[in-house]
Amino acid sequence: MAAADELAFHEFEEATNLLAETPDAATTSRTDQLTPQGHVAVAVGLGAEDEVEENDKTSLLQEEKQQPGFWTFDYYQSFFDVDTSQVLDRIKGSLLPRPGHNFVRHHLRNRPDLYGPFWICATLAFVLAITGNLTLVLAQRKDPSIHYSPQFHKVTVAGITIYCYAWLVPLALWGFLRWRKGVRERMGPYTFLETVCVYGYSLFVFIPTVWLFGALALALSASGLVFTLWPVVREDTRLVAAVLLSAVVLLHALLAVGCKFYFFQPLPLEHIAPPPQAISLSPNTLLASTSPRTMVT
Amino acid sequence: MAEAAESPGDPATASPKPLFAGLSDISISQDIPVEGEITIPMRSRIREFDSSTLNESVHNTIMRDLKAVGKKFMHVLYPRKSNTLLRDWDLWGPLILCVTLALMLQQGSADNEKDGGPQFAEVFVIIWFGAVTITLNSKLLGGNISFFQSLCVLGYCILPLTVAMLVCRLVLLADSGPINFMVRLFVVIVMFAWSVIASTAFLADSQPPNRKALAVYPVFLFYFVISWMILTFTPK
Repeated sequence: MAAADELAFHEFEEATNLLAETPDAATTSRTDQLTPQGHVAVAVGLGAEDEVEENDKTSLLQEEKQQPGFWTFDYYQSFFDVDTSQVLDRIKGSLLPRPGHNFVRHHLRNRPDLYGPFWICATLAFVLAITGNLTLVLAQRKDPSIHYSPQFHKVTVAGITIYCYAWLVPLALWGFLRWRKGVRERMGPYTFLETVCVYGYSLFVFIPTVWLFGALALALSASGLVFTLWPVVREDTRLVAAVLLSAVVLLHALLAVGCKFYFFQPLPLEHIAPPPQAISLSPNTLLASTSPRTMVT
Repeated sequence: MAEAAESPGDPATASPKPLFAGLSDISISQDIPVEGEITIPMRSRIREFDSSTLNESVHNTIMRDLKAVGKKFMHVLYPRKSNTLLRDWDLWGPLILCVTLALMLQQGSADNEKDGGPQFAEVFVIIWFGAVTITLNSKLLGGNISFFQSLCVLGYCILPLTVAMLVCRLVLLADSGPINFMVRLFVVIVMFAWSVIASTAFLADSQPPNRKALAVYPVFLFYFVISWMILTFTPK
């Protein structure tokens, strides 16, 4: 009896693979996981009348669960449907990437949220700007000739950089994976929101280690991304897989190195760029005379 | 009527008194008003209210609004579980505080225009867009507070940080040194904690219990950023 087979308990991995093949079913509700669309699983022992009722009920439920349009508030509310414990669990999952564990399958369980990516990016942008400022303060303590300034424009730069990275790179990656979908038939690519979610949570590891911004944080973050992308990419030709993964790691490394140089190195870069402006704009000759001195040191 | 006319003069007459006999004694004099307006008590009250706010002096209007703002300031300074901020929300207080803070914070100390503190517009945008983002976040998480109520609470709870800015500016008039910095740091930390506690007291109840931390964290980040701007302010 086929129905009894569906009534049997399915292992999680099978269920998540089922989910992967029919992503549309997953995003609407969890209770649809073990029931293929349109079928009634509870057919054994019921009369024909009950079967008809069940059919009506399931079709009604599926109609109700149709996603509201993107112009309604409820559409966006479905992306913030997470509890505190879930967010913390996802953050922990991103901190400790493991080769077998797929972040999307295990932690997101195909229910991506936008809370994590958005607020992690906001926190990271502000933490970068603040720590950059702190670096300047500490450098000034050692070398009093450096002129301290609040450098508020760094907040703007940090914000734009982080948000662009966390949204445009997943967009490009998603687009590329969808383009390659024709090559592999078995496992569909992640949805756009899942990709954004993965990138957002992978940036979390930079927040506590921001002083170092070093190899460790970069390694953790990039390996999380690679382990998540590996199942999707391994069906493809070796060349494409290798190029894609190395591109992902390279972009991540660029972000880390760029931030390190822009925010945490107060001495060489900043005082080379502003002085021509300072000399031309500032009427105060005292200020103009200090900037060549800092260039020399 | 004819019978009634005869009855007072003659106590011996056994004729019965007609009903309503005394009515004829009532003479309607000219000075009792028999016309007027039928007014329902509710309606008359509303009409009184309307005409009083239209006709009242400007002084009364301003004082009434100022008193409402001042009452809410007191509620922020001594946070209790009360509904005043939520029930009678207004955005005058947040506007006054935001403008004051932005005026005091703008363009702190720059030899290069690009390198200094925030401009007026930057502070203004951070405060208002930050408050709007936090409100949207709490509504998306399923909170049952209205949009303007949340803006009102977040704006009013900037009051401790505005006080910290005033204190910092006064302290900076003295010569700078490590003690100066420690005093400013202490004041800013205390006022930051006060702001967060005050706004959490008002906002936390409107969230579902398993998401309280998710809704409170952005508030913490918002006040932290404002505190950072206050702490790093250096005058020219």
